[in-house]
Amino acid sequence: MKKLINAPADVVAEAMQGLARAHPALVRVHFAPLYVVRADAPRPGKVAVLSGGGSGHEPLHSGFVGRGMLDAACPGSVFTAPTPDQIYAAARAVDGGAGVLFIVKNYTGDVLNFDLAAELCQAEGIPVGRVLIQDDVAVRAQEGTAGRRGVGTTVLAEKICGAAAESGLSLPELVELGEKVSRQGRSMGVAVSPCVVPTVGRPTFLLGDTEMELGVGIHGEPGRERAALRCADAVTEMLAAHILEDLPFRSGSQILALVNGMGGTPLLELYIVYRSLAELCDARGIVVCRNLIGNYVTALEMAGCSITLLEVDAELLHWWDAPVHTPALRW
Amino acid sequence: MKPTRIDRVLLTEWIVNCAQKMKVHRDWLTALDAAIGDADHGVNMERGFDEVGARLAGYGGEECGALCKLVGMTLLAKVGGASGPLYGTFFLRMGLVAAGKQQLTESEFAAAFAGGVDGIRQRGSARPGDKTMVDALLPAALALQQALDNYHPLCAALRSAAAAAETGMLATISMQASKGRASYLGPRSVGHQDPGATSAWLLVLSAAEVVCLAAAPGLLFQQDEQREEAEG
Repeated sequence: MKKLINAPADVVAEAMQGLARAHPALVRVHFAPLYVVRADAPRPGKVAVLSGGGSGHEPLHSGFVGRGMLDAACPGSVFTAPTPDQIYAAARAVDGGAGVLFIVKNYTGDVLNFDLAAELCQAEGIPVGRVLIQDDVAVRAQEGTAGRRGVGTTVLAEKICGAAAESGLSLPELVELGEKVSRQGRSMGVAVSPCVVPTVGRPTFLLGDTEMELGVGIHGEPGRERAALRCADAVTEMLAAHILEDLPFRSGSQILALVNGMGGTPLLELYIVYRSLAELCDARGIVVCRNLIGNYVTALEMAGCSITLLEVDAELLHWWDAPVHTPALRW
Repeated sequence: MKPTRIDRVLLTEWIVNCAQKMKVHRDWLTALDAAIGDADHGVNMERGFDEVGARLAGYGGEECGALCKLVGMTLLAKVGGASGPLYGTFFLRMGLVAAGKQQLTESEFAAAFAGGVDGIRQRGSARPGDKTMVDALLPAALALQQALDNYHPLCAALRSAAAAAETGMLATISMQASKGRASYLGPRSVGHQDPGATSAWLLVLSAAEVVCLAAAPGLLFQQDEQREEAEG
């Protein structure tokens, strides 16, 4: 294992100390229990938007705390869900009296911990709404699993719900909006090299020099198939084909396209993937209204990428275009 | 033989015994998890039960419900992943049944145990056969109740429960997972023993050990009494 770390057990806390030092005007970090809140929290009368999950996916979620996006993020240990006491404490810290919206990725650990935290909040009289993101088409629906995993659409839901919350939408309205994003977003990823969890010290899975894992999860979960690595155009086409047929996206669909790096793939390559994706959409009459290209939902140093497509309309574009000011996303 | 009463001391011994088992079997649990999960179950369980042990060492309350709640809240906060909320819920639900009681009768203990198992089933919405801790815990709860209904002492009833949990744990080997991270492996999860069912068996085994150990001096004492009576 070659990493720029100190003690493996300290990586999350030390990274959050760094975040706090880097962006004191945007975020505050609370330790024990660990959570990140926007610097001006709580905002009276505004629904607070809270998310969280295992660490190792940075900038998700802590990098998206700030005006127009998240009010709070709860980082768990690397690839491990945050705990209910942690989520509960964060919710209390950001509740401005209008309730708290939880944006949860569909993993068993995340769902259970956020559910328990919601019960703790409700027992205190804090209303909680939940949006579950389950957009990974690599997991076929209804096949006796814990359901589709939550991946790239999470970033889009955090941005869109965050903007709407900033404008004063109520908790039920935000739940509805978030569910719309969840319903209309689809993702799939590919890995060309694995990642190493600091406390484990070994790769989470092994890939040969000429292999790729199609449909990989953001913790290195196995995907649909192990296949021979091909050129960027061919891989993009494979990912896009699964995503497009799933919603399905049709000719005339307006979409937001996210080409997301897994952590170990240079931006140069992500733009090559975007080029292929844009051409493919053109050929099918699908209109790419907005795009986002970069490392947003990573899996430590895994090399590879994921593509997320979200079907948009005027409402979603309005919230997407609204101002945002966070450590990792701002316009 | 007098019926066993479950009190703060016995509950604490159960948790301490369980913490030792999690420590001893940490690498086994982690290896089972590495095959079909994310290779952290042993480490997480050891960390959680260590913390519970430390908190109980300084706990002076006599009320069983509050003690179970302390155990549950600590596991919730310290285990993490999916196991934290599930084992946490188990003890929180036990605490609801045990609320206000300084001692639990054998049937109250069985009711509290069954309540905990129900809590896990609801929390994880897992059914028997899903390849989860429910596959060890549900047979254990049924065996425990059945043995008590047949007038077996708690020690024997918990031994039956532990045996049922072990059988259930071994039965997970041939199951295909449909809950949790292992479910993403589909048919590839078959042939591996579920790590959650394994830690659940350890939990029941601990209860059987401490209750039987507590009952044993009673047995000896009873024999002494009989001998005295015979000699007298």
